[in-house]
Amino acid sequence: MAKGRIEINEDHCKGCSLCVIACPQNVIELATDRVNAKGYYPAMLVDPEGNCTGCAICAVACPDVCITVYRQVPVKASSAAAAL
Amino acid sequence: MATTAMVEEKVVYQRPESLESIPTHYCPGCTHGVAHRLVAEVLDELGVRERTIGVSPVGCSVFAYKYFNTDGAEAAHGRAPAMATGIKRIMPDRVVFTYQGDGDLAAIGIAEIVHAATRGENFTTIFINNAIYGMTGGQMAPTTLPGQRTTSSPVGRDVELTGFPIRMAELLSGAPGAAYVVRRSLHNVKEINRAKRAIKTAFEVQLAGLGFSMVELLSACPTGWKVTPPEAMDWIEQQMVPYYPLGDYKIADGVEQLAKRR
Amino acid sequence: MAVELMKGNVALAEAAIRAGVEAYFGYPITPQTELLEHMAKRMPELGRAFVQAESEVAAINMVYGAACTGARAMTSSSSPGISLMQEGFSYIAGSEVPCVVVDIMRGGPGLGNIQPSQSDYFQVTRSAGHGDYHAIVLAPASVQEAIDLMVEAFDLADEYRHLVFVVADGLIGQMMEPAELPAMKPIRRPRGDWALTGADGREKNIITSLELNAPDLEELNNRLQAKLAHIREHEQRSTEMLTGDARLIVVGYGTSGRIAETAVKQARREGMKVGLFRPISLWPFPEKRLSALADQVGAFLVVEMNAGQMLDDVRLAAGGQVPVTFYGRTGGMVPMPEEIYDEIVTQYNKLTTSAV
Repeated sequence: MAKGRIEINEDHCKGCSLCVIACPQNVIELATDRVNAKGYYPAMLVDPEGNCTGCAICAVACPDVCITVYRQVPVKASSAAAAL
Repeated sequence: MATTAMVEEKVVYQRPESLESIPTHYCPGCTHGVAHRLVAEVLDELGVRERTIGVSPVGCSVFAYKYFNTDGAEAAHGRAPAMATGIKRIMPDRVVFTYQGDGDLAAIGIAEIVHAATRGENFTTIFINNAIYGMTGGQMAPTTLPGQRTTSSPVGRDVELTGFPIRMAELLSGAPGAAYVVRRSLHNVKEINRAKRAIKTAFEVQLAGLGFSMVELLSACPTGWKVTPPEAMDWIEQQMVPYYPLGDYKIADGVEQLAKRR
Repeated sequence: MAVELMKGNVALAEAAIRAGVEAYFGYPITPQTELLEHMAKRMPELGRAFVQAESEVAAINMVYGAACTGARAMTSSSSPGISLMQEGFSYIAGSEVPCVVVDIMRGGPGLGNIQPSQSDYFQVTRSAGHGDYHAIVLAPASVQEAIDLMVEAFDLADEYRHLVFVVADGLIGQMMEPAELPAMKPIRRPRGDWALTGADGREKNIITSLELNAPDLEELNNRLQAKLAHIREHEQRSTEMLTGDARLIVVGYGTSGRIAETAVKQARREGMKVGLFRPISLWPFPEKRLSALADQVGAFLVVEMNAGQMLDDVRLAAGGQVPVTFYGRTGGMVPMPEEIYDEIVTQYNKLTTSAV
């Protein structure tokens, strides 16, 4: 499985939870200990075991375009060499 | 050299350039935001942001022009298709779209949309059907379902008194000038992806000069419906989709070829 | 250009074309339909936009859209259609885009009739839509003047990015007179930097009349009012005849001004010191000149084809210095010169008796 992670723009999040129910890996939760500037409980990535695959389904479901999705991809030999 | 696999992190999803990086005024779980994003992604993918002019309606999406990173105009209630006609007739090489809700398009502006489609005006309409007037606080819309409670149908829409909800995609499919008229939904990721493909086709229809194109999107109004966002998605699927079947209502000659070319 | 015999409505249409109108949107209504018909033929010939809209509401909103691109755009209608267009007028004024509207007025209220009338003076000068503004309103009294004012209307609309009316009545719209058209102007290029042309190499442009924040909307209104104050100061237009020594001045615009001219000449032949003042801009009303005349005359007689609308403006300009009386016909009735002459005699005699 690919490895991924998401960043959530908490200031834009309205806590609608549509990303939470969309996530196939169940690694998104709504915060319960804090609210954002607009008073919403923002969504956050809770993924201690690294289960996020970077599938971007949460981003497709999000009505507020809060989510940026990253995925780890193998580096091609040439670019790996260049990096060294 | 180490044998561990080298990996790097790539951005696989980020905000499209055609959408401004500002929070919207929409309620939590309102799928206007999804529809905005899909339109913006399509404008990015087609590379037409710099020559696009959007026309916003009156209703919840009255500020759509603030959110799209394109030139934009704000129309009077229901008149976006007339304004778009004026813009497109002067600038046929620009990409012109209207973004309208159900009160705007199916009630006060029904003459304008029917005649724009009939004339085959070469612009694209994104029609948000959420079965309610959201902006004014949840009154009955022409698309409100039988029995649905709203603030102006407090005991449920009585079809004996108010008639049945209007099916706009079906109605406009009868317009000779309409090239592409489809209905999609935004209630889950699979449907959102299908909706995006339809929006892309609609803009491609315009770029090919084939005539009027419209994508009707079943959209959630959790606040107006007085349900949670997840419940609203279920409500679309269970209540709206049976009355408003998803599908293609008008595919004119030439549209199939566009899809194949992609 | 040669002088030729032309119908008023056709002359208005062709003058707009010569002025470089790029888009015409309209809906048939008597007595202005020949204007639309001329456009239907000529605009496509020239590769310009013509759409017969589904309603006057749609027509004015098409004008609004076309005007947003920086193009010269117009519509034409008659009284009931102008009522329907009021929504669009207000948005156009609020978002400050230029456009020109021709109103060939007919008898009202309601469906009224199709006879010549001036009963929409209030509508165009006072309340051409909701909100706090005036449109510029020009009123020709002949086919030649209609042509000249049509061209000027587009220049004023562009200069002030504002809504400009050319108002006449069915009589001017329908009558044939010899007149001369101007040379064809090139289409205006480039578009204004405010226009909607696509955000290519610049920040996006927005055209809207919406501003939810009250202080910001007040600021917008202040800017609009400053513009209107400037127009009021600089764009008053009128013409006059035999006013130098006049004791009574007849005030009339458009067709009623023209008929009054005949009556004034008759009165002069009878030895009465009577003059004519004909406003050409109904808004801004030519109050400066009329106020000056109020210092030298004994009375004003207002003649209109309505129940007394411009009458208010004349009274305001006269400032209570001299009596302002009124003679009008309604319902599409056009006053005969003899009727106006008789009224002149009545009012003039009052002046001479009161002077004794």
